[in-house]
Amino acid sequence: MFVGAVFLPLLGSIIAGLFGRLIGDRAAQWATVICMALAAFCGLSSFAQVAWGHAPATVEIVTWLDVGGLQFSWALRYDTLSVVMVGMVTLASTMIHLYSVGYMSHDATIPRFFSYLSLFTFMMLMLVTADNLVQLFFGWEGIGLASYLLIGYWYEKESANRAAMKAFIVNRVGDLFFMLGMALTFWTFGSVEFGTIFQGIEAAQQVTFAGYPVLEVIALLLFLGAMGKSAQIGLHTWLPDAMEGPTPVSALIHAATLVTAGVFLMARMSPVIEYAPNVLGFITVIGATTALFAASVGMVQNDIKRVIAYSTCSQLGYMFFAIGVGAYQAAVFHLFTHAFFKALLFLSAGSVIHAMSDEQDIRKMGGIWKKIPITYAMFWIGSLALAGVPYFAGYYSKDFVLEAAFAGHGWTAKYAFICGILAAFLTAFYSWRLIIMTFHGKPRADHHTMEHVHESPAVMLIPLFVLALGALFTGAYFAEDFVGHHWQAFWNGSIVNAPHNHIMHDAHEVPGWVPVAPTIVGVLGIALAYLCYMFVPSIPGKVAAAVPGLYRFLLNKWYFDELYDRIFVQPARRLAQVLWKTGDVKIIDGMPNGAARLTVQASGRMVRLQSGRVANYAFAMIIGLVLFVSIFLFGVGR
Amino acid sequence: MNAAGFPLLSLLTFLPLLGAGILLFVRGEEQAVAANARWTALWTSLITFGLSLILWFQFDKTTADFQFVERLDWMPEFGLGYHMGVDGISVLFVLLSTALTPLCILSSWEAIQSRVREYMIAFLVLETMMIGMFSSLDMVMFYIFFEGVLIPMFLIIGVWGGARRVYAAYKLFLYTLLGSLLMLLALLALWYAAGTTYIPALFELRIAPHVQVWLFLAFFASFAVKVPMWPVHTWLPDAHVEAPTAGSVILAGVLLKMGAYGFLRFSLPLLPQAVEWFAPLIFALSVIAVVYTSLVALAQEDMKKLIAYSSVAHMGIVTIGIFTMNHQGISGAIFQMLSHGVVSGALFLCVGVLYDRVHSREILRYGGVAKIMPVYAAVFMLFTMGSVALPGTAGFPGEFLVIVGAWHANPWVAFGAALGMILGAAYMLWLYRRVIFSRITRDDLRVLLDLSPREVVTFAPLIVLTLWMGLYPSSFFSFFEVSVAALVTRHEAAMALPRLAGM
Repeated sequence: MFVGAVFLPLLGSIIAGLFGRLIGDRAAQWATVICMALAAFCGLSSFAQVAWGHAPATVEIVTWLDVGGLQFSWALRYDTLSVVMVGMVTLASTMIHLYSVGYMSHDATIPRFFSYLSLFTFMMLMLVTADNLVQLFFGWEGIGLASYLLIGYWYEKESANRAAMKAFIVNRVGDLFFMLGMALTFWTFGSVEFGTIFQGIEAAQQVTFAGYPVLEVIALLLFLGAMGKSAQIGLHTWLPDAMEGPTPVSALIHAATLVTAGVFLMARMSPVIEYAPNVLGFITVIGATTALFAASVGMVQNDIKRVIAYSTCSQLGYMFFAIGVGAYQAAVFHLFTHAFFKALLFLSAGSVIHAMSDEQDIRKMGGIWKKIPITYAMFWIGSLALAGVPYFAGYYSKDFVLEAAFAGHGWTAKYAFICGILAAFLTAFYSWRLIIMTFHGKPRADHHTMEHVHESPAVMLIPLFVLALGALFTGAYFAEDFVGHHWQAFWNGSIVNAPHNHIMHDAHEVPGWVPVAPTIVGVLGIALAYLCYMFVPSIPGKVAAAVPGLYRFLLNKWYFDELYDRIFVQPARRLAQVLWKTGDVKIIDGMPNGAARLTVQASGRMVRLQSGRVANYAFAMIIGLVLFVSIFLFGVGR
Repeated sequence: MNAAGFPLLSLLTFLPLLGAGILLFVRGEEQAVAANARWTALWTSLITFGLSLILWFQFDKTTADFQFVERLDWMPEFGLGYHMGVDGISVLFVLLSTALTPLCILSSWEAIQSRVREYMIAFLVLETMMIGMFSSLDMVMFYIFFEGVLIPMFLIIGVWGGARRVYAAYKLFLYTLLGSLLMLLALLALWYAAGTTYIPALFELRIAPHVQVWLFLAFFASFAVKVPMWPVHTWLPDAHVEAPTAGSVILAGVLLKMGAYGFLRFSLPLLPQAVEWFAPLIFALSVIAVVYTSLVALAQEDMKKLIAYSSVAHMGIVTIGIFTMNHQGISGAIFQMLSHGVVSGALFLCVGVLYDRVHSREILRYGGVAKIMPVYAAVFMLFTMGSVALPGTAGFPGEFLVIVGAWHANPWVAFGAALGMILGAAYMLWLYRRVIFSRITRDDLRVLLDLSPREVVTFAPLIVLTLWMGLYPSSFFSFFEVSVAALVTRHEAAMALPRLAGM
């Protein structure tokens, strides 16, 4: 069962990938769906067994590497933290596989798509069940590869290729630090296996590296790695571009699973990070800034998927500052609920795009809510959960994250709380801007498109229903276990809070206005969106005209792409040309080539001496003789 | 004394030469000669490979001593002799050579149409030289084989190469010969000091530190060119570009390993103080190699040149690993040498597949190949990922261990080596995107055929190896585990000595 949950998707991927052309499109796609469904069954039953049955287990498969004390295996570690992820990933992935059957039905290379999708799921499962850092890194890079392939799935589109490359390379920047973090971890703990690392914390607290506590350095390196995968500010630029992939991909990879790998890593390494207070502060600031930054950009984007992508980025910021204040449980809880409602939003968006004949610009939509009522309802549920409206899933997790931020210590926690509240307001605003622009108002598409607007087939709607159930009830149902009074029994030591960290307790003791505040700003945001886009549609234009600088700043995503292009991409290209044309060709090759030319010239001159005329030779001999005799006689140099 | 019961290593070394000798006597019509030559060469190399598998199965992994030893005295009064033997460090390189040669011959099946017989002779002689080099235990023999490799390689590039083949061949020859002459001096000095050319006997030698410095520099001149290290790397791109596909495969797969092998065989065990003294220089040159050549690779417009530059970067990782002087670093370096042999060899084969069809290596000439050659695109993807060291492929364990080892030596070196991760991904994906992805714009590309059965057979072993080395590298590490441990221990002991004497 434990093995099946992880390896069944791989089986599906291999069937579809290698034999897809042999067995035909339909067989290949249903093979992957069935494998996924079986994996989900295994995943959910292991969730029941491990999380509720309190029976963690480790399945050792085979030794991977053993070199001079650096030893680690392929092994599956099932504790509460990993089964939460396994259950969520397999379930969401199954739904998305099913949805893709409908969504990709007109595609030319269906087996390839399903093979990638299953491969991705397998890698993600390897990541969350890893029992050492290197296996985690295997999954980490594996999902990177799969997402590269999926973003660039339509490889004939230049923009898709560019986005795929960007995603891989930006992620690699983070991976560099991850790699160094693993190296330092090994030299500190003598192992990269979680069990050994966690036991060595006590001793490692005294160790320093270059004058800094070694745990701080490890935590920093790993967090820098996580920033890449989880698209935190600075390394977020790949995520919005990744929307070039097919929509189910966006839902699976860029909402539910891949981007949460960084959060998972932090939660997994909680025993280490707990003892790195400065890095925790840093994480808080980065997370909070990301939450606010992404929400502000999301406000002005016009591509339906990009708005949701920025919202994902923003929600990841929430998870990170929850980690920063020490409430790992809250971060994982938000990760869990977010997976459901964000996947729901993406798939609903996909349903809209499907209905609108592949149109993604919300300025060309509108007036379609009566034609696709089910999608419309699903979009509402997802948005309500995202905005944190009471009793939807997001309400429980987001509220708790903000309470934890309020209860946290130091200025960083205060900063996070303020950013979080502001971002909550913006979240509600841009969500309803999206709903209104997409579904309401006068139709802005041409009538040809409008005639074709249709509700999606059942195979696409059923996954929506299942995810909607998640978006409705997971919060209420799991709140007590994840962050409520049973959290210690539930997590069962898979997430560690240091003895000095009382955040899980303190977060329940905040003043009465704190839990209400996010709801209030959320409702205000919704109201403002109605005002601006439904009742007085002239306001947004006026605001944009009043502060054109700010508007452009937001529209261009704070100019991050332009900045990076200037300071990294262009100089690197120019440097590459200079190094090649000047460094290699002129200087380094110039020397041997120059030497060769010199030799040729010199020998050319020497050749002239050998003219073949006896008189010349005799003359030269006489001169030489005279020289020798004079040296001998007059003792020059004696 | 010999686990196989017969002189296995000599047989492996000279069997290809025998095949070459037979080929000399093939006469007849040109077509028939060509066909005969192909089959004879293939069978010779396959039999050699089959025999070399004895090494794989019978090699004793629990000892660092030399095995399969053969010893014949030649001029005992001068300490000269015929000594063969392998230890954990060299055994896998013998296997790499015997495994790559049949693949090279297969890949030249249709690509080479002129002077086929001579071509095959050159390849078989090359195989003899490579195996001989990795299994000689006598300095003089080592030197002869080490230099002997150049001759068939020079011919392969100079006769069957591209447009600028003569320039490239001479550059290769002169560059490497210049360094080798200095190595010859060092070998003579060692011989003079030890009175024997038997390599294991040299390990007993204690060499004064200031002498070590000069010896190290002399060896370095030769090995650095062979690796190649920055800034003596420029012969490599030219040689690769002009060489026929199979020549590139062998060049990248085995010949580049000779320099690093030389470091492991001579510099590390014989010159511990000098190694310690020069390590910072090597680190600096290697990090420059990684960053500099990766950037240069980014600017290339020729597929082969790009992969050639990436080889320089990867070998930079190898030299970093060797000079970390710890278990992880050296093991990682050896593994990286093996994996690079497989992966970059395969990448050159990938380029060869397109070159055979279109006769161009220019990147911009292609685009959208995935549409018409999906199997090829998948194979190319796998090796691309191997090259960027994705975990699960052959490239990862080596690079990871080198970075771990380098961190212990100096974290900044580790950082420099890790920069290669980003740049490596950039140039490989940039190559892949321009060749394989995007829309087909040229009509002549639309009619290309996907991999032929012969090509599939050529790639299949490399695919298996790439995944095997990535997923279960232990079966390779176990070969050199003990040897590397012995090497590190000996080094540490040697470093401890002067300190004890000082006390």
